[in-house]
Amino acid sequence: MATLSLRQLTKTYEKTEVLHGIDLSIEDGEFVVFVGPSGCGKSTTLRLIAGLEEATSGDIEIAGRVVNNLEPKERDIAMVFQNYAIYPHMTVRKNIGFGLRTAKMSRADKEARIDEVAAILDMTELLSRKPSQLSGGQRQRVAIGRAMVRDPAVFLFDEPLSNLDAQLRTQMRLEIKKLHQRVGNTIVFVTHDQVEAMTMADRIVIMKDGHIQQVGTPDEVYHAPANTFVAQFIGAPSMNMLQGVGAEGGISLPSGIQFRGPLAPNGVPLVLGVRPDDLHLDDGEPLVEGQVAVREPLGHETLIYVTTQGGEIIAKADGRRPPDVGETVRLRARPDRVHIFDAATGQAIR
Amino acid sequence: MAVVEEIRASSEALLSAKAPRKPANMGQIIRWLLLFGGGILMVMPIAYMISTSLKWPHEVYNVNLIPVEPTIENYTFVLEDGRFYGWFINSIIIATITTICNLLFDSLVGYTLCKFRFPGRYIIFIAILSTLMIPTEMLVIPWYLMSQQFGWLDTYWGIMFPGLMTAFGTFLMKQFFETVPDDFIEAARIDGLNELQIWWTVAMPLVKPALAALAIFVFLGNWTAFIWPLIVTNSVEMYTLPVGLSGFGDEADVAWELIMTGAAISTIPTLIVFLIFQRFIIRGVVMAGLKG
Repeated sequence: MATLSLRQLTKTYEKTEVLHGIDLSIEDGEFVVFVGPSGCGKSTTLRLIAGLEEATSGDIEIAGRVVNNLEPKERDIAMVFQNYAIYPHMTVRKNIGFGLRTAKMSRADKEARIDEVAAILDMTELLSRKPSQLSGGQRQRVAIGRAMVRDPAVFLFDEPLSNLDAQLRTQMRLEIKKLHQRVGNTIVFVTHDQVEAMTMADRIVIMKDGHIQQVGTPDEVYHAPANTFVAQFIGAPSMNMLQGVGAEGGISLPSGIQFRGPLAPNGVPLVLGVRPDDLHLDDGEPLVEGQVAVREPLGHETLIYVTTQGGEIIAKADGRRPPDVGETVRLRARPDRVHIFDAATGQAIR
Repeated sequence: MAVVEEIRASSEALLSAKAPRKPANMGQIIRWLLLFGGGILMVMPIAYMISTSLKWPHEVYNVNLIPVEPTIENYTFVLEDGRFYGWFINSIIIATITTICNLLFDSLVGYTLCKFRFPGRYIIFIAILSTLMIPTEMLVIPWYLMSQQFGWLDTYWGIMFPGLMTAFGTFLMKQFFETVPDDFIEAARIDGLNELQIWWTVAMPLVKPALAALAIFVFLGNWTAFIWPLIVTNSVEMYTLPVGLSGFGDEADVAWELIMTGAAISTIPTLIVFLIFQRFIIRGVVMAGLKG
């Protein structure tokens, strides 16, 4: 187990800088998830930590020592790859034991360690099989087993669940989380799936265009997004964004509605963000008003797409009695559930 | 019951009825004829080789495929001639060592060109490929002069050195290594293996079909090589099988029946190698997108 620090980390490919000075500290035993859209630099950051790419500038520190100039094998890390990277010509036992080839251990100790890891991952029965005889989930467990067997200071996971079907992904998510609780190693996990990030992480690092947008617990990034990007990236369906202007005691919306509540700078263009979960059908003073254009029944609730003067808004309605398509609805939100962003910078105002 | 019997009868009738035969169309007939003709064309030289090996000298110039008086006398003569075994051993040694060297060197260079990024990589690859455009006949004189300078004439090394690594093999291996995902290499790197170990332990087992195909190509090429071994060898003891066989006969006449007998015997090892590895060779050719 170990801490991990990134200090002013940059990476340039030819003339293009893809990481622009990443600063991050990860605590010992923490489960940190890097999340962001494709090309945001999350996998590059992971590869820099692993030593598979060389940092252009900045420092990477694992367990208190700068590892920039160390080979991957000297960094005391293990990595699980997106497409598992388990060797098709080796049995599960050989695959799991592969990481111990260079370890200074007796053969008996190595075998015992493989058996121990296989038992943790519930794979003892599969040790003599070849990867082609395994299911996707089992292959993923072999890949995790190969990483575990060396008991590294830091585990790196590069989108390991993206090749699995939805059901298996949910199951593996839970297994990895349980595994972390059991072994307690520091884990850096990369994904583009915000649900994976929210469900697994102690802290989430949200990235965009080579910059960290926000670092926080799942609660923090969901309930107090640092900017409009985080607000819209985290949560499904995305947060609704309404253009407005700061007014006396609230925000003035283009529809003419004065939203009272949050204090906003007078006359400044703002963006008002509200999650679909926080919008309710209510006959009282509305935040927005419009016609239901589309309904998406999900069983216990129905998503309604409402056409308003400020654009399309998504809200959630009762699954048993949703409004009809074409019906005019008034949607209300509690002032403390509304997020205010500076329209120019996109940064949260409160 | 009557209904069951009725169903049984009709189903039996259906099962026993022969499937209607599709009439062959003209295109298919032409294709078969072409294939048949091609097959005959391919087999004829081998058939004539075996036929001639079973003929008496006076019958050699008869074009008939079936010998009038078949004999195994030629086989007895060739196998009792001590030189044949020496040539056979020479060919085995040369073809085997050259094959092993090609497997090692071609795959090492192919792997390096495929999996490492370094300046000039593309130029080196093109330079290697461009050697495919130079005919062997053009290289024979420089090779000979080089062999003479280094004292390699009439030695195994002299026969083998031009073929220890080939551009074709390098290209074939590079193409195959492209199919090995980089994640495998990187995973092994993280697991602590050095680059040579990764090549040997991870990459090589994953390109076994290519190695088998390359082994067959190189082995056959060296087994049948004629011009260079003929030029570089002086003593009869150093001859390879094709060179030795060409010398059967005397100044007045060429003993075709003995040459064909030796050739027939010498095809046996190549035939065995090919039969064992033919599924690999086909896959190798398909994946490399090359003709053998």
